[in-house]
Amino acid sequence: MLKDRTLEDDYRQWKDSHPLHERDWKFTTLSGQPVAPLYTPLDLEPNEYTKEIGFPGEFPFTRGIYPSMYRGRLWTMRQFAGFGTAADTNRRFHYLLDNGMTGLSVAFDNPTLMGFDSDDPRSLGEVGRTGVAIDSLADMETLFHGIPLDRVSTSMTINAPAAVLLAMYVAVGEKQGVPSEKLTGTLQNDILKEYIAQKEWIYPPKAAVELVVDTIEYTMRHMPKYNPVSISGYHIREAGSTATQELAFTIADGMTYAEAAMARGLDVDAFAPRLSYFWNSHIDFFEEIGKFRAARRIWARLMKEKFGARDPRSWLMRFHTQTAGVSLTAQQPENNIVRTALEALAAVLGGTQSLHTNSMDEVLALPTEKAVEIALRTQQIIAYETEVVNTVDPLGGSYFVEAMTDRMEAGANDYFRRIEEIGGVLAGIDQGFFQREIAEAAFQYQAELERKEKIMVGVNDFVSDAPADIPILKIDPEVEREQIRRVRELKATRDNERVRATLEALTGAADRGENVMSYVLEAVRAYATVQEISDAMKAVLGTYREPAFV
Amino acid sequence: MAQQGRYRILMAKAGLDGHDRGVKVVSRALRDAGMEVIYTGLHQTPEQVVRAAIDEDVDAVGLSLLSGAHMTIFPRILDLLRQEGGGDILLFGGGTIPEDDVLTLKQMGVAELFTPGASTVDIVDWVRAHVGRPTEASAGR
Repeated sequence: MLKDRTLEDDYRQWKDSHPLHERDWKFTTLSGQPVAPLYTPLDLEPNEYTKEIGFPGEFPFTRGIYPSMYRGRLWTMRQFAGFGTAADTNRRFHYLLDNGMTGLSVAFDNPTLMGFDSDDPRSLGEVGRTGVAIDSLADMETLFHGIPLDRVSTSMTINAPAAVLLAMYVAVGEKQGVPSEKLTGTLQNDILKEYIAQKEWIYPPKAAVELVVDTIEYTMRHMPKYNPVSISGYHIREAGSTATQELAFTIADGMTYAEAAMARGLDVDAFAPRLSYFWNSHIDFFEEIGKFRAARRIWARLMKEKFGARDPRSWLMRFHTQTAGVSLTAQQPENNIVRTALEALAAVLGGTQSLHTNSMDEVLALPTEKAVEIALRTQQIIAYETEVVNTVDPLGGSYFVEAMTDRMEAGANDYFRRIEEIGGVLAGIDQGFFQREIAEAAFQYQAELERKEKIMVGVNDFVSDAPADIPILKIDPEVEREQIRRVRELKATRDNERVRATLEALTGAADRGENVMSYVLEAVRAYATVQEISDAMKAVLGTYREPAFV
Repeated sequence: MAQQGRYRILMAKAGLDGHDRGVKVVSRALRDAGMEVIYTGLHQTPEQVVRAAIDEDVDAVGLSLLSGAHMTIFPRILDLLRQEGGGDILLFGGGTIPEDDVLTLKQMGVAELFTPGASTVDIVDWVRAHVGRPTEASAGR
């Protein structure tokens, strides 16, 4: 009897009868992974649909965390903004909200990120430069002036001093008459990726993770609609990692927070539904979409199978996405509008819950109002003109996309095994494991650019001599002087006895190993500054110094 | 002093900036090109950078800044180098620095600035062409 021809036979016959005529080119993903000329059902697992893909809103959530996705609700258009003084940024917030932005996202300056006040000598030249300068509750009140916190959700990119800024947000709510139970938003508060990639820290890693657990515990009890941690791959990728490293290192960080919270006796289903993620959307369209889909599936499986979460909400990976700053070029900066649009489309096709689109001038300086408007309009064009939102996970079932998703998951699992072998994330940070892996990937990519195996238009090919001619946002040096005046005036006029007492109480609580959140809140209400509060905890927790890995 | 013909370069991060991708890529490229590279690590004050440059007796300092604080930190390091007797140490740098600031800083005495998209080949070539003459530099001290 004649055996049935299989798909494998057909594929082989197709390959044999059509010899490849290919350009002299390395066909690899942005992360250097080889890509085959064609993908077919042969690249998928047996029973791929039922085991690996499934339906949106159902385990393992490969196709999306909600059954109706963007037919139900579009993603939140959330543009990260912050520069100069609180009053400067408050004006930018109002401008963005007036133009249809649906959520706020605060960028803080370097002194705030490192727990220094504007008048500290180490802050010299940095005040209000790459974000807004916040020294005390007084600045925070100005920042949210005229913005009702019961109606607008706010994301805050703050990590080492996250507990302080969270307390300030609660205190602003109190002043507006909004109880903490009603506050919505997200604290980045992912300190592990600071040691791995972004490098803005205060305390040593182990103590810092406990502080993160303090905020998880506090929001669990007092802020049920608030996301206490946004576990972030964005900065790991910007520092030069591959897509797989971004995926694996970030989820490894997420597991570390979950383990630390459970070690304190918190029930996984009480906190896991409020954990969220933050991904980079880089320029390799399909690699990124595979990454987003794999991320959801990996987290769902880990939460259910490794951590024993039983509430399906604990299995959901909700995530924010930002287009890749490092993909933008200083040369021919208008081209960045196009790059950002493609990256934003990948994020939407990957099922993001919120999105920041970079402005074309961000490789040169903080964005101008005009550039920010184009970036926001890019999201609106995707949402309202392209019709890609009409069906859930439109690329699901593409042989290539599913194969890419599977490969991402397998690559992440390999890294999880390696991280476990070296003793976990904290041990990996101490040993410089993550730092070296990322530096190596960054160096390899630079080498590929210089060999012209990867092309950046306008940088190593298609170069134009015409100078870039776009306006640049300049921060007036007067900002720093004004902010220093403000914080000094505050320190001279507040009730310093009350400040001292609240700070002492905080140091005591940290020393006893208590949850510090309520003590931080008392100090914030007394108008203690970010640095004073950070110093009060440093006295017990210590400070971090990174060994200089090259 | 550096052995003859072998450049000694201090690669530095100053201020509160945590972006170290560029400084690490350039450090490795200079090292691969046969130079001696010392990296300060992150979050150094200008005083610490200048102290390290003089103690390590380097030929040049490569300063990386992506924090927007370049108009404060580059001039401060130039001043301190001159004050501390390191006026013959070349200061170059890189980062997100708008073009008119590049011009101003070069007028002040920063030898060269590399902005996004610069290739490590160009940086290595520039160091070879401009940092050269390490033996003459030592003779002047």
